[in-house]
Amino acid sequence: MLSIKNLHAKIEDKEILRGIDLNVKPGEVHAIMGPNGSGKSTLASVLAGNEMFEVSEGEVLFNDKDILDMAPEDRAREGLFLSFQYPVEIPGVSMVNFLRTSLNELRKYRREKPFSASEFLKIMREKKNLVEIDSNLTNRSVNEGFSGGEKKKNEIFQMAMLEPKLSILDETDSGLDIDALRVVANGVNKLKRPDNATVLITHYQRLLEYIVPDYVHVLYHGRIVKTGGKELAHELEANGYDWIKKEFEDQ
Amino acid sequence: MDNVIKNIIGKDISIGELFEEYRSQIEEHSSEVLNSFRGEAFDTFQETGIPSNKVENYKYTNLQPFFKGDFKFSIAPGKSEQNVEDVFSCDVDTLDTYTLYVVNGWYYPLNDLEGLPAGVRIGSLAQLSKDDPAFFKKYYGKRVPYLSDGIAAMNTMFAQDGFVIHIPKGVVVEKPIQIVNILMSEESLMATQRNLIVMEENSEAKVMVCDHTLSTDKFVMNSVTEGHIARDARLDFYNLQNQHNATTQVAGFYFEQHENSLVSTNNLTLHAGVARNNIELKLAGEHAEGRAYGLYLLDKNQHVDNFSYIDHAVAECFSDELFKGVLDDYSTGAFTGKIMVRPDAQKTNAYQSNNNLLLTNDAKINTKPQLEIYADDVKCSHGATVGQLDEDAMFYLRTRGINKEEATILLMYAFAYEVIEKIKVKPLREQIRGLVEQRFRGELDKCHSCVVCGQKGTEITCL
Ligand SMILES: Nc1ncnc2c1ncn2[C@@H]1O[C@H](COP(=O)(O)OP(=O)(O)OP(=O)(O)O)[C@@H](O)[C@H]1O
Ligand SMILES: [Mg+2]
Repeated sequence: MLSIKNLHAKIEDKEILRGIDLNVKPGEVHAIMGPNGSGKSTLASVLAGNEMFEVSEGEVLFNDKDILDMAPEDRAREGLFLSFQYPVEIPGVSMVNFLRTSLNELRKYRREKPFSASEFLKIMREKKNLVEIDSNLTNRSVNEGFSGGEKKKNEIFQMAMLEPKLSILDETDSGLDIDALRVVANGVNKLKRPDNATVLITHYQRLLEYIVPDYVHVLYHGRIVKTGGKELAHELEANGYDWIKKEFEDQ
Repeated sequence: MDNVIKNIIGKDISIGELFEEYRSQIEEHSSEVLNSFRGEAFDTFQETGIPSNKVENYKYTNLQPFFKGDFKFSIAPGKSEQNVEDVFSCDVDTLDTYTLYVVNGWYYPLNDLEGLPAGVRIGSLAQLSKDDPAFFKKYYGKRVPYLSDGIAAMNTMFAQDGFVIHIPKGVVVEKPIQIVNILMSEESLMATQRNLIVMEENSEAKVMVCDHTLSTDKFVMNSVTEGHIARDARLDFYNLQNQHNATTQVAGFYFEQHENSLVSTNNLTLHAGVARNNIELKLAGEHAEGRAYGLYLLDKNQHVDNFSYIDHAVAECFSDELFKGVLDDYSTGAFTGKIMVRPDAQKTNAYQSNNNLLLTNDAKINTKPQLEIYADDVKCSHGATVGQLDEDAMFYLRTRGINKEEATILLMYAFAYEVIEKIKVKPLREQIRGLVEQRFRGELDKCHSCVVCGQKGTEITCL
């Protein structure tokens, strides 16, 4: 589904991704962990098509299509979804208008009929229940004045609406209270299907108890330096990153 | 009667000479009150002329080149001004309003204003100034700076017609009063319009003025609207401008507010050629509240200059200003926010902000707060911003499958909405919301659609 080979990316001549290799197959859950500033969000951003970063080397295939030359909107239409670490507030753009435009754009791309207002509202109601998002939030502008946790829930709500093939969740767990974490994790699990996949970027083992990963990767200094099963997350939780950094430097 | 005036340049006749040549004809058809101002206005105009950018208040818009060239000058109503209904019938009206037309500055004689509340007078300036000279003597010209401003002086020299709205004491006019100003001609035209609004104590009205061009000819419009708002009166005033690129409009709005009155103006420029708005609110009675809002959406070679002047003449008044602009292509704009707080105006609250969104590197905006504060117990704040579209928001929208063009429209709209939210008349707000969106989508018929009623004229391409 997703195949990343030797991906290098830089911003203002500063190289941040230094050769990432990663393969994600349908039905899999991958967790990416790693110290602050190691490049996790950059990887997510580059995959989603942020033009601020320059890809200097490497290849990314998504469903066998080279996506590096695709506009962000086309990647989304192909089924890629990014849950932002810091969702952007967009005052003046209503949630409903935003979601409806978004959903219908995706449908248009798949040559499906746009949803009518009532169909759309029905789906929105369903998905709202799924992520237990407060009704008032969808009457407001996109993320405007949302609390940290509400913003994260809103990302999962959008994911539920758009039903992507591959979801990259960038620290969706941070800032969530315990109940919200469970709700979000449940949401992700309910949306899980044999033909879609999830990449979870997280700092905490806790999320991985709810959403059990098939693989755990450690990103350090712009590279995936270690890959293991879910027990790797436990090890990291217990011992931190020093031993990995040391291993890396010894190489 | 010959109502066609020579070309100003073709015959090398200056505006001053033109006035001298036609003064007797103008005066013959006008009321005494209007005539009594012409002499002094002319003296002023002879000194000032049309303002160039050397005049401080017109620094960002040199009007002189626009008042030159081959023009017919509208000295008396012509034929086309009498057949509006043929080209412009407003039957798709979704807004329930009292609607009246003014064509090339002339009050349309067949306006039908049935059902107005008792005592309310809406009519032609030419007519009412003849019918009720005492009323006119009391108000006409009292707030207009015809002794200092060249454009106001020129307007006062040539003033003959326009609309009058008079709301008597205690009367609330529920339905909005809609004035559709139309420019249409078979040749380039320079026209004058003079309006008067008088709101007596504790009265209330909503007035929307909607400016259109219905033919592709070059137009120059010099329009002045004077308003006297008595104590406890409330006026909501909207000006929607939708004129083609070959139009130059200088519009002065001069409102004087008394104790505890509330005036809110909103100048919405959806499309224009060269537009200059002079928006003056004089807060002359304690606890008066003046709100001046504006939105300008420009592209191509359009130019809009909003000059606002809030005069806090007495204590305990409140003013709030918000002007926002979206500038595309190589359009240019200017905003000046003059706030005067006179020595006695203690406990003044005055807020101002001007925000601009530039969509290209060629678009330009000049923004200038101009605060003159002579009292010490004053709360005053002002801020101006010039920015581009928010890249992060753009990326966010695009990651949701929304393409760049659509995301740009959403963000432009999001930028503009704050001003639209200020529109209190809900159906009007909805209508304008739709129009602004159409405008951003490039779907608004810039030349012809009647902003408020959606009526379209003949097919003519824009410049
Ligand atoms: N716009 C930018 N300009 C300059 N440097 C940037 C920019 N964005 C990211 N960086 C740098 O790239 C590096 C990687 O940042 P990134 O946000 O990908 O880290 P992260 O692994 O997500 O960290 P965290 O765990 O704190 O979220 C950091 O050193 C960061 O300062
Ligand atoms: Mg990050």
